[in-house]
Amino acid sequence: MTTVASAPPTGLEPSPGVRARRRRSFGIGPVIKYALAIIFVLIVLMPAYVLVVTSFKAGNEIGVTGQWNLPTHWTVASWGKAWTALQPAFLRTFQLAIPVALISSLIGAANGFVLSRWRFPGADVVFTLILFGMFIPYQAVMIPLREIVTQINLQPGIPTLIFVHCIYGIPICTLIFRNYYATTVPEDLIEASRMDGAGLLRTFWSIILPISIPGFVVTIIWQFTSAWNDYLFAIFLSNTRNGPITIALNALAGAQSPDYAASMAGALITSLPTLIVYILLGRWFIGGLMAGSVKS
Amino acid sequence: MRRMRQWGPGLLLLSPSLILLAVFVYGLIAWTAKVSFSDEHNARGSKGFVGLENYANLFTNDINDRFQHSLKNLLVFTVVFLVGTMLLGLLWAFLLERGVRGEGFFRTVYLFPMAVSFVASGVVWRWLMNPADGGLNAVFDGFGLDFLKNTWWTNPDWGMAAMALPAVWQLSGYVMALFLAGFRGIPQELREAAAMDGASTYRLYRNVIFPQLTPVALSALIILGHMSMKMFDLIMSVSGAQWLSEVPAVYVWQALLTSDYSKAAAISIILLLLVAVVIVPYLIYTNRAEKSR
Repeated sequence: MTTVASAPPTGLEPSPGVRARRRRSFGIGPVIKYALAIIFVLIVLMPAYVLVVTSFKAGNEIGVTGQWNLPTHWTVASWGKAWTALQPAFLRTFQLAIPVALISSLIGAANGFVLSRWRFPGADVVFTLILFGMFIPYQAVMIPLREIVTQINLQPGIPTLIFVHCIYGIPICTLIFRNYYATTVPEDLIEASRMDGAGLLRTFWSIILPISIPGFVVTIIWQFTSAWNDYLFAIFLSNTRNGPITIALNALAGAQSPDYAASMAGALITSLPTLIVYILLGRWFIGGLMAGSVKS
Repeated sequence: MRRMRQWGPGLLLLSPSLILLAVFVYGLIAWTAKVSFSDEHNARGSKGFVGLENYANLFTNDINDRFQHSLKNLLVFTVVFLVGTMLLGLLWAFLLERGVRGEGFFRTVYLFPMAVSFVASGVVWRWLMNPADGGLNAVFDGFGLDFLKNTWWTNPDWGMAAMALPAVWQLSGYVMALFLAGFRGIPQELREAAAMDGASTYRLYRNVIFPQLTPVALSALIILGHMSMKMFDLIMSVSGAQWLSEVPAVYVWQALLTSDYSKAAAISIILLLLVAVVIVPYLIYTNRAEKSR
């Protein structure tokens, strides 16, 4: 696990020399610079403020007047209501997102390894065809997909969603691992392993996988977040009784006269796992984000 | 035979994925295309071949020009979304690139909406964009900015511009990250050479740095553009499926609810083609760029 301690470079950090030099630089004044930066922080955080404040209000305090104010009486009643409504789906979503993250990462590692090393004829075309799969609008496969998953007797709800997320997660995981292996695994290491008479599978299993942890962290976070936040597959392939949290939240918040306090507590409950991952493991999260633009 | 031994194991490891993608991406697209050429307009499904009739009907024979209305909505949404995210993202990256103390904090805040789902953020944006007196309208009221008060996404002409605001909020940080990586990828020697030549800061950015960022800007535009065309979660969460804010991706869902499979398939295929037009050249371009490196 020592490998995890050193976070991968995201390409976002300035080098120390640049930082020192920049202090003397001119251009826009520092006052304007900081004022702008802080104003944008306030704007970006404004929806978060509304969510938190409203979620701690009692239902009768949700009027037009003073709706931006702090609660006069702080209460967790709305949190309780939201948790009761979301709790089964919340647990189901873990049952969905964790297997998806692990399985797609393993598949991605195997594919990425092959595509980063074995330049078989047409490898580039194959790679491009794989990548295209992550950009398609999934509506274009949804009609037959719904038929197929029933025909192969997949349990509706979470098992079906695990299956489809793993399949449609192959392109992005393959891409992340291909870039990772192409830039971090030295050719000599594989050559040495081959000299020792290890085949491709042996090399992958005992030499490559152990040094792949940073790649795994990126894909696991990426796939966990995608599966957790997904709504499109969920609405087409599950319902409020067997579906993930996004479906449950939409049912809670989308009613004719929504209880805003409970909806916002629900939105926070829904977002907590991915937000915690983002705050604790932000650099790896960004790693996946940057890989999504194809270039390594 | 030696080639087989060289590539065989690799292909073996790769083949399950290739088969799955061949079936579930390309096979199912072909299947959807086939449905779009048939007349399966209800659950009974007659499945006769009708050629391009479903496509023609979408453009010429749709009630109230519903499909064209959804395309118009998508266009307004996409323009506001692209312009908004590109400008904000570039501005934020520029601010951080000029050097601010606590850069990590600003980066973390600007990027945090990316970790949240549209379904969750839609809850709060629906509240903020209250067409009556609540939410942001109440703020405008309080600051005496009454002229800014508006009906947001419920405006029949420009409502989709308001609908793009949550998307701008959510993805500007992503564009910032792309641009920031672009800024930091520019070799220091380039800046130094320009400084030696006595270039002003303005000229340095105008003539040296911004031109270097063109590929980044192109990537960002393409990624965002294709996301915009697929926009579904956000709209379902803010407004639900309804005429005012309907885009093609939502129309597909609505057509399926009425079991009009062929219409849903035809819209899906049009959506796929729209996405392919921007993505395929981009994939080929990046593939070439990588090879020439």
